[in-house]
Amino acid sequence: MFGWTGKILRINLSEKSVGVEDLNRKLAQDYIGARGLGTKIFTDEVDPKVDPLSPDNKLIFATGPLTGTNAVSAGRYNVITKAPLTGTIAASNSGGYFGSELKYAGYDLLVFEGKADQPVYLYIKDDLAELRSAEHVWGKTTFETDDILREETCPDVKIACIGPAGEKRVRYACIINDKNRAAGRSGVGAVMGSKNLKAVVVRGTKGVTVADPQRFKNAVDEAMTKVKANAVTSGGLPTYGSAVLVNILNSHGALPTRNFQTGIFPEVEKISGETMAEKNTIRKKACMGCPIACGRVTEVKTGKFAGQGEGPEYEAIWSMGADCGISQLDAIIKANYISNELGFDPISYGATLACAMELWEKGYLSESDTQIPLIFGDADVMVGFATKTGYREGFGDLLAEGSYRLGEKYGHAELSMSAKKQEYPAYDPRAIQGIGLEYATSNRGGCHVRGYTISAEVLGIPAAFDPLETKDKASLTKAFQDVTALVDSSGICLFTTFAIGGEEVAAFLSSATGIDYTLEKALLAGERIWNLERQFNMNAGLSKSDDTLAPRILNEALPEGPGEGKVSGLEEMLKEYYQLRGWSEEGKILPQTKERLGL
Amino acid sequence: MAKKLVINEEMCTACRRCELACSIKNAGEFNPLASRITAAVFLDENFYLPVVCQQCDTPYCMEICPAGALQRNETTGAVVLDEKRCIGCRMCIMACPFGGVDYSVAEHKVVKCDLCGGEPECVKACVWGAIEYKEVSELGLEKRKKAARKLQRMMREVG
Repeated sequence: MFGWTGKILRINLSEKSVGVEDLNRKLAQDYIGARGLGTKIFTDEVDPKVDPLSPDNKLIFATGPLTGTNAVSAGRYNVITKAPLTGTIAASNSGGYFGSELKYAGYDLLVFEGKADQPVYLYIKDDLAELRSAEHVWGKTTFETDDILREETCPDVKIACIGPAGEKRVRYACIINDKNRAAGRSGVGAVMGSKNLKAVVVRGTKGVTVADPQRFKNAVDEAMTKVKANAVTSGGLPTYGSAVLVNILNSHGALPTRNFQTGIFPEVEKISGETMAEKNTIRKKACMGCPIACGRVTEVKTGKFAGQGEGPEYEAIWSMGADCGISQLDAIIKANYISNELGFDPISYGATLACAMELWEKGYLSESDTQIPLIFGDADVMVGFATKTGYREGFGDLLAEGSYRLGEKYGHAELSMSAKKQEYPAYDPRAIQGIGLEYATSNRGGCHVRGYTISAEVLGIPAAFDPLETKDKASLTKAFQDVTALVDSSGICLFTTFAIGGEEVAAFLSSATGIDYTLEKALLAGERIWNLERQFNMNAGLSKSDDTLAPRILNEALPEGPGEGKVSGLEEMLKEYYQLRGWSEEGKILPQTKERLGL
Repeated sequence: MAKKLVINEEMCTACRRCELACSIKNAGEFNPLASRITAAVFLDENFYLPVVCQQCDTPYCMEICPAGALQRNETTGAVVLDEKRCIGCRMCIMACPFGGVDYSVAEHKVVKCDLCGGEPECVKACVWGAIEYKEVSELGLEKRKKAARKLQRMMREVG
C-alpha cells in the first residue's frame, strides 16, 4: 500500500499477546486514518456504554496516510478511546516525532486491549514488538521515564508515555511523547494508566512510500508556497508561537478572566506572547516535517520558578493565567513544565482551579476543604496545586476530577465552564458566538480544535465573520468541523489550515495513496467521521441536552468589552446546525443522512 | 570556486524537512535513515544541527577507497560515489569523521550526498535558512562581523 503501511499491531495486555493484522483497505479509504480510521475501528469493537477505565475499553494510537511524509506538518498521530472526563469518544492529537517513527516501524495503528496485571511498556523495533516490564519506571515522571527507557533500549527511540497523573487516573491526564508533545485532552492518559501501560517505545527504520511521487511533490510545493505566504503560518506562529493570541483575544474582549466572569484581563501585557518572546523564549522548535515551528523552548532565568522546558501554549497561558486571575508569567511557565512532566492537560487543570477559586470566592468552599485559601491571582497556589493534582494529593485529588465533578460535589456544577464535562478553552463564546456552537457540539466536549471558527471570526481566515453575530455560524461551524475531521485523519497538523484547505489535503491524499480523493469525496469523509463520533456518543447515552453551554454563557451578559451585554445565542444556532447536519430536532442522525454518508 | 552546503545551527528548528526531502529524492521513500543529511537533534540541550558531507578539500573517504569509487565532480565540487565501482567495503564510512558517508538500510548500499547535481533538495526544503548552498570564500568574514557585533553589544552592556 502507499501512504498507509497496511499493518495494524494489536496488543492484548491481559493475555500479553502481540499480533499483526492487515489493514482493511476499504475502511482506510472511507475513514482515511488517524482520528477517522482509529474511531471507526474503535467504535466497531467497543461497547459505547463501556466504563472508560475498565479493561473492556480500548486504546488506539493511530497515524494517518500522510504521517511521516513531507506533506506540510505531517507528523501527527491520534489517540482514540472512550474518555474518562467526558464519557464521549476521545481523539487526542499530538505532534513531535513519535507518530512518524511508528510509520517508519511499519504500523498505521496500535490497538491496545484489556489490562496488564503489572506495569508494562511496549517496545517496537520494526517487526519486533514485545511487552516488557515497566515496574522500574512506574511512578516516574514522563521525563524520567523517557530517559530510563531510552537508556535501556536505543538512543534513537521515540517514546510516548504517561506520568504519575496517568497512573493515578487524573481525569484529564495526557499522553506525552518526545517529552513535551501531548495527546492532551479528555484523559487519554488515564485510560493508558488504567491498563497498566506506562509507555510505547518505538524505533523504525523503514520508509513511507507514496503512489505518485511527482504529483505528491507538486502538491507539497503548492502547499508550501501558501504556508510561506500566509501571515499566521509564516508570521504570527513562528515568531511568537500560539501565545501570539493572548493580546488578540483580549482586545476582542474574549480572553476569559476569573472563570469567565469577564473577557478582559487588565494585566494581559504581563502574560502576552510578546512578553514571553522577550523574556523567556530561547528558541523555536518544530515537530516532524513542520515549516511553522510554533513550539517554544523557554526558560525562567531566576527566582523560585527558575527552570527550562517547553511552552506554554496560548491555551495554557490563559487557563493557568487570566482564567485564574494570575499575571505572573514565570509561575505559568513553571506550572506548564509540571503539567508536561506529570502528564496532565493544563487547560482542564487551570480551568478547574479557576472554578475552585470562584467556589471559594462565593463561599461554597472553605479552608477545611482546601487547607489553603484559593484566591484568584495567587500564583503560588496555582503552581502548588499543579503538583498536588498530578499526584492526586490533598485537595488536588478533587481538582483531578475536573471542574464539573468538583462543582457538582459542592452543589454548584453551574460554575463549571465546560461542555460534556470538558473545560472550555480560551475563547469566550459570548464575544465570539460561533465558537460557542463549536463547544456545545464538539464530539469530545468543550474544545476549540474540532472546528476552529476563531480563524474566521477573529483572524479573518479564510473570510471575515462578525464574531458578535450568530448569523451563518451554523454553516461556518459545520464546515470547520468537517474539514478538521479530514485534516486530523490525514496526519497533518490543524495549524496548516490557516494557509491550506480541503483541496490541498485532497491532493496530498490522492497522490500519496493512489486513491482518487476529489474535494467532495474528501470532505464527505470528514463529515462521515464527524457523524460516526456523534453516533458513538448518542449510543453511549448522550442526548440533545448535552449539546449545551454553562448557564453563565447562556444567561449572564458579558460585563465589558466589544461583547458587552451579550450572551450566547446558542439555541438559534443549534437549531440551524442540526438541520444542516441532517439530524432530527432531537439531535439524532436521520436515516437518510446515515445513508448519504455510508454509515 | 564551487559552492558548498553551509549550516547555520541557530536557525535550525529540528523539523527534519531536509531529511524527508533528501530521502524521497535519493531513495524514493520518506525515511530519515535513507537521508544523506541528518538533523542531529538533542532535545534536552536544545541543540539541533544538520550534519552532512563537507565535500572536503582532502576527502578521507576518497583517499581510502580501494576501488576508486569516489571521485570529485569538477562542476559541482561534490565528492561523488560511483555505484558501479563501489564494492561495499565501507572503509569510507570508517574514515569520515562527520558521518558524511553512510550505509543506507533502505537501499542496502553505501550512499553519500552528491549535492543533487548542484541543486540540493535539503536547501530548498529548509524554510529557515539553516542550510544554504553558497560560496564559502567569505564565510569567515561573515562570522567575524557577527562576532564583532556580539562583542559590541557586550561592551555597550558593561560600559
